[in-house]
Amino acid sequence: MALLELENITLRFAGNTVLDGVTFSVEARSIVSLIGPNGAGKTSLFNSITGFYKPQAGAISFDGLQTLRLKPHQVTAAGIARTFQNVRLFRDMTVLENVMSGMHCRTKAGAIGALLRLPSQRREEALIHETAAECLDFCGVLEDRSRIATTLAYGHQRRVEIARALATQPRLLLLDEPAAGLTAGEKEDLIALIGRIRDERGISVLLIEHDTGLVMRISERISVLDHGVLIAEGKPKEIQANPKVIEAYLGQDDGGELEL
Amino acid sequence: MIVRSPATSPMGRLQAVWDDKRLRYPLVAVIFALMAIAPHVLGPYATVILTNALLYVVLCLGLNIVVGYAGLLDLGYAAFFAVGAYTIGIVHHVLGLDFWLTLPLAVLAAAAAGIIIGSPTLRLRSDYLAIVTLGFGEIVRLSARNLQITGGASGISGIEQPWLFGWHISSPLDFYYVFCVLAVFAVIASLRLADSRLGRAWLYVRHDEDAAEAMGIDRVKVKLAAYVTGAIFGAIGGAFFAVNLSAISPESFSFRQSVLVLMAVVLGGMGKIPGVILGAFIVILGPELLRDLGDMRLLVFAVGLLLIMLFRPSGIWPRSR
Repeated sequence: MALLELENITLRFAGNTVLDGVTFSVEARSIVSLIGPNGAGKTSLFNSITGFYKPQAGAISFDGLQTLRLKPHQVTAAGIARTFQNVRLFRDMTVLENVMSGMHCRTKAGAIGALLRLPSQRREEALIHETAAECLDFCGVLEDRSRIATTLAYGHQRRVEIARALATQPRLLLLDEPAAGLTAGEKEDLIALIGRIRDERGISVLLIEHDTGLVMRISERISVLDHGVLIAEGKPKEIQANPKVIEAYLGQDDGGELEL
Repeated sequence: MIVRSPATSPMGRLQAVWDDKRLRYPLVAVIFALMAIAPHVLGPYATVILTNALLYVVLCLGLNIVVGYAGLLDLGYAAFFAVGAYTIGIVHHVLGLDFWLTLPLAVLAAAAAGIIIGSPTLRLRSDYLAIVTLGFGEIVRLSARNLQITGGASGISGIEQPWLFGWHISSPLDFYYVFCVLAVFAVIASLRLADSRLGRAWLYVRHDEDAAEAMGIDRVKVKLAAYVTGAIFGAIGGAFFAVNLSAISPESFSFRQSVLVLMAVVLGGMGKIPGVILGAFIVILGPELLRDLGDMRLLVFAVGLLLIMLFRPSGIWPRSR
């Protein structure tokens, strides 16, 4: 059984069908990409998986757990972490404090613990700091730990966001256009980082990405979404040769973005 | 044009002293010493005013958790202040329990009220909360005014003043010191909450609810925790307020009271503890210092506040970084 399984997911907004019977899966320890023209429903699919949107029909199971009706924080606690299309770090807070947020669902100290500084609370605080620092180190931005997150260069902010997602200790990581706005050099670093997330931490990665060169290089499998319908699924080579995919991209007004 | 760097403005200099770890402890020692001798130097009238200012420090720090940390606009904070005060008054009259046994009941009553009001409304976005809390504040005041158990418009009087290890806390000077201790506890509690898992969660939710949820934070639960914590601060303030005056009436818990506390928090700089303390003192001492102006004093005070908000829209205490 796959780690994540979507079955016939249908999502409508005010009569518009955004996702139409999407059936899709992600295996454990795999890197899967979701591509498609703008407005195809990729981010909507992410929002459905993470509990932000509530699809009207279908089923989502993550490691045997039905997650469709769960709230976003419960989905995260179950082991699915995400980043956002436009980086959403917490303003006015340091890089370390941002990443510490990821440990919230793995710890439990409350007001009493905080007021009395109980030993269990102090141990937990130490663990939160330690984990956050480790995640920053893993993403190569530990030296920025004390800076205000939103003052970092864009590429570093993206890395902090990934570190923050990793701090939730997920088994599946959803990256929404992680390469957008990155320089060529930063994209190479991102490819290496995504590879290490899978290889060293055993986390499956599902990404939405427009840079097809990057997608072809790192993905084991690619799914193509067009107008809310999954039109193709397969290995990178198969996708490159798929006539339906080529048509979906060429059919766009801007001549398509898929450089095959 | 000369641009003042933060370090050269008076507040900036004060903040620099506060932020310097070596200077902080001597500064705290000086503040404690001033607090201890103030009533002896300034006389009985000033002692009463300062006691009121210290009560406001407790209330403002409580509201600061709700408004400053968690970003929830609460327009009916006086309701929790009232719940604390009336619980002391009613329990004393009906059951005749000792103050120290009643205090936990006041805290529980405020927490229960916080949960009842908060759990349905905190699911909504914050504008609705402002309206609901505004209504709640008025409901509590009007109930107190019209119920028999709360003594109607004349309120409850003859509330017994507490004993502590053989010390009868009764004179204004006694209460001054009690409120000093309360204010210090409120500051320590605020600092500890801010630097904790829950305190950070409040900031996360305030900055970006969706990102916070994506990090596994239950926003409703976290907001409710802030609301209830603020309620408990208010109730403790109210409980000591009741025994200090030994009489309470509904008019002490009006909308004006809620607004005054909120004003002190916003004026000082939401979320900044030294700023909020300063805000509490300004709101209470300001009109007193302007007493010589007679009828004009509230007008002058209001203009002063407007000017502060015009030139320092994020509060008088500078941003910490």
